[in-house]
Amino acid sequence: MNRHCEVLIIGAGIVGCALAESLARNGLAVTILEAGVIGGGCTAAGMGHLVALDGSPAEWALSLAGVQRWQVRAHALPAAAEYRECGTLWLASSAAEMNEAERKAALYTNYGVSCQLLTAEALYQHEPELAPGLAGGLLVQDEAVMYPPAACQWLLERAQAMGAQLLRGRAQRLEQDGVRLEDGRCLRARQIVVAAGNQSRQLLPELPLQPRKGQLVITERYPGKIHHQLVELGYLQSAHGNAGESVAFNVQPRATGQLLIGSSRQFADTGLADEIDWPLLQKMLARAFHYLPGLRSLQAIRTWAGFRPATPDKLPLLGPLAGHPGVWLATGHEGLGVTTALSSAELLSSLMIGLPPSIDPRPFDPNRFSNANTPICPHALEDALT
Amino acid sequence: MTLIHIKINGESVTVAAHSSVAAALAGRPNRLSVGETAPRAAFCGMGVCFECRVTIDGQSQQRACQVLVREGMEILCDA
Amino acid sequence: MRELATELAIVGAGPAGLAAAEIALRHGMPVCLIDDNPAPGGQIWRGGQAGAAMAGHPKLRLLTATRVVAAPAPNCLLLESADGASQLSYHRLLLANGARERLLPFPGWTLPGVTGAGGLQALVKSGLDVRGKKVIIAGSGPLLLATALSLKAAGAQVIQLAEQASLASVSRFALHLWHWPGKLTQALMLGWQLQQVPYAMNTHVRAALGNDRLQAVRLRRGDEEIELACDWLAVGYGLLPNLELARALGCKTHHGVVEVDHVMRTSRRDVFAAGELTGIGGVDKAQLEGRIAGLLIIGEYDRAVALAKRRRRWLRFAAALEQHFSLQPAIAQLASADTVVCRCEDVRFGRLAKCGSWREAKLHTRCGMGPCQGRLCGAACETLFGWQNAGSRPPVFPARLDTLAGNPSTAEVT
Ligand SMILES: Cc1cc2nc3c(=O)[nH]c(=O)nc-3n(C[C@H](O)[C@H](O)[C@H](O)COP(=O)(O)OP(=O)(O)OC[C@H]3O[C@@H](n4cnc5c(N)ncnc54)[C@H](O)[C@@H]3O)c2cc1C
Ligand SMILES: Cc1cc2nc3c(=O)[nH]c(=O)nc-3n(C[C@H](O)[C@H](O)[C@H](O)COP(=O)(O)OP(=O)(O)OC[C@H]3O[C@@H](n4cnc5c(N)ncnc54)[C@H](O)[C@@H]3O)c2cc1C
Ligand code: FES
Repeated sequence: MNRHCEVLIIGAGIVGCALAESLARNGLAVTILEAGVIGGGCTAAGMGHLVALDGSPAEWALSLAGVQRWQVRAHALPAAAEYRECGTLWLASSAAEMNEAERKAALYTNYGVSCQLLTAEALYQHEPELAPGLAGGLLVQDEAVMYPPAACQWLLERAQAMGAQLLRGRAQRLEQDGVRLEDGRCLRARQIVVAAGNQSRQLLPELPLQPRKGQLVITERYPGKIHHQLVELGYLQSAHGNAGESVAFNVQPRATGQLLIGSSRQFADTGLADEIDWPLLQKMLARAFHYLPGLRSLQAIRTWAGFRPATPDKLPLLGPLAGHPGVWLATGHEGLGVTTALSSAELLSSLMIGLPPSIDPRPFDPNRFSNANTPICPHALEDALT
Repeated sequence: MTLIHIKINGESVTVAAHSSVAAALAGRPNRLSVGETAPRAAFCGMGVCFECRVTIDGQSQQRACQVLVREGMEILCDA
Repeated sequence: MRELATELAIVGAGPAGLAAAEIALRHGMPVCLIDDNPAPGGQIWRGGQAGAAMAGHPKLRLLTATRVVAAPAPNCLLLESADGASQLSYHRLLLANGARERLLPFPGWTLPGVTGAGGLQALVKSGLDVRGKKVIIAGSGPLLLATALSLKAAGAQVIQLAEQASLASVSRFALHLWHWPGKLTQALMLGWQLQQVPYAMNTHVRAALGNDRLQAVRLRRGDEEIELACDWLAVGYGLLPNLELARALGCKTHHGVVEVDHVMRTSRRDVFAAGELTGIGGVDKAQLEGRIAGLLIIGEYDRAVALAKRRRRWLRFAAALEQHFSLQPAIAQLASADTVVCRCEDVRFGRLAKCGSWREAKLHTRCGMGPCQGRLCGAACETLFGWQNAGSRPPVFPARLDTLAGNPSTAEVT
């Protein structure tokens, strides 16, 4: 079978679906190809915390825009997406971390994002279950949590309503102006976007992507136990460091009343084997008990592991791929792809259509690691934050 | 037959020793379903379905069919 | 967290586990026997005196009301009970953790008063008072008869037994029973004791009726439908092995049973399986397999092989059971669009029917995401939609977070 379309997106994860929607809204004939379940890749494994992170100015720009775009569209999301504006509460366990909270607060305020510094006393009023001895915190009220597979499905349906086509099948290799599927079919397209998450490397082995394993635990329903997404200020170190293994306290109240407990990071040499690494899981739980001792007696119903598609600088690959005319990338979103799906989609579709993007695209240039002329992150040094 | 005394939702009940908590509940609804708040009661009788969950002596989410009654036990149902 | 160590760990104190334990203990091998139920005996001898002879044996550590929740490291199990967690290291492991019922959705099946067939039997064995109550027992397989008998003995009035298989099928099964004389005697005894109970073939439950509790049952027999008022409805469609733990250990499964060789070795070194796990065949098969595994584990290879020859007849029995009580197509079509299929998360048939696979259903409807982790709805979806559900993630049973967190402190050795 031969099919023609203007843009073929490989991968219906949250990144691919957001892009399909954005391109379809701009009137392009989009086909999205998915080998498995919609939103069944990394999108189904993550926490779905919509959070702005300031590991670098580029990360800040993309994630802040992502959070804000979800906020604007929250009212339209279906109930199944479980969008809930519970806010992020960053926890400071020492005076030094409290300084960090103050620095963050200044940044948010600078960008017009409302936030509130909490003294220890105020912190315990907000979250009485927290362990005693914390120094205080920073509450970012408007951030939210979501159920990513349902949001992904919704984006796809929106795209389909605007003419996008969903095709089931697995891309096996990229060819001259087309894609060869596993079942032998060939799809022709003027532009091809590889949005296949970690599996993008099966199509383009040279991509600087490495799966970064993360483990989560979910409990029975305990509504009202905690009220905000609780994250230790040390989280950024875990996310942005390159340590082989790290854990950070990160607990989320789901709309169902369940608690979702994270998070760990490890570069697994086991490939994509998703067995639980028990010692690391136990370290992560110990960290969680340290902040929330009441967790100990709650029932866990399930644990799982997923793989964040990570690049060396933890920023996604968004843009045209040098040496492959007509091939674009939308992958490498590490631990923020749900947050940044909408802003990434907007950025990439602007580039594809030739409109000026609202975010500086250079830090996301897919060729930044091979091309010595492109600085990795243009503004990184000025106001590096960690 | 030895009898023992327990409390179900604060109400005193006398049951045979060695009964399971689910047997003591005798088909009375012990929880409300997640979405539609319909009453539910023990179903599989062997620890598999989790329909019989109750709070026993302050511990929530216990499977009533897998726990034996004890003198003075306090059982709380959600339904 | 307690740290325990043993030579032989046995999960499941039913007929299979007890038979193996007895052999190992007689040989002087330390055994740790673990069961989720409050007393040994498994499903069949629940609440009875099973294992009494062994109780107090110096080399036996009996852990009842204790479940295996995970296998966090090689030769190591994580256990949980009301008084805390323990970590058990073992040299050999026998999985004898039996089967559960196949429970399939039909309109009204979530009403209090509706239970599994073996489920109601289990509740009665653990003290449920059914004296004078009107009970209907339905579904499929010989377990219905055993349930009827238990209920009668407990003083219930069994007003109807309904078997979905056809009369021809059930008769053919009965006709073959002479291959297994023990089973024939059992069947004859049952038949005699149940002679006052109306037993209808080719009959199934269409719906359970009532508002907040069961009041009546609508049965379909051939082309006619009748309604009967009752207090309890017990419905089960045969048994399914509990594969979660075997899968967590990495044992190969095939067609819904744990794969074993002729002497009960699984695909994993030092892990053995016996009883319903290796195929639904009843108590005699379970005991025999438990003995074979026990003999092998104590090093009596030749005796194990000799005994293994007798296993073939029971495998034939298991096959006959499966063949003659296979489900009629109507049973998979009982649910209507608004029938709840996933009881934990309240997911209705109509939403599931739009999905194409178990994983899609799970991700997009929450089916199977509740505490039973798909034990019921996973099997139901397999029957209803043909979806395979091979996955299982730790923990095997919901467990306290501090159990999963580990941190062994004190050490004890059996
Ligand atoms: C433990 C964990 C916690 C996380 N927490 C958060 C969080 O709180 N907030 C946040 O914003 N992000 C979080 N993330 C990150 C986020 O989930 C990912 O960045 C995001 O889901 C990536 O989406 P994607 O669409 O790029 O990839 P995927 O969801 O993996 O989508 C790729 C799709 O492509 C398909 N595909 C692959 N190869 C082919 C092929 N050859 N042909 C056809 N189809 C193909 C796959 O089947 C898949 O559906 C977390 C991740 C993990 C692992
Ligand atoms: C409800 C029911 C009623 C039955 N009634 C009859 C009857 O009346 N007459 C008859 O002939 N046959 C009956 N059978 C069939 C008979 O029970 C079996 O043939 C026989 O019990 C099989 O023995 P087994 O050792 O394989 O498993 P079982 O007897 O099922 O024993 C397995 C044990 O393992 C435990 N277990 C499971 N998972 C775990 C875990 N993770 N951790 C700890 N413990 C665990 C279970 O609680 C159970 O006690 C019944 C079966 C069922 C399910
Ligand atoms: S009745 Fe099913 S778990 Fe207790």
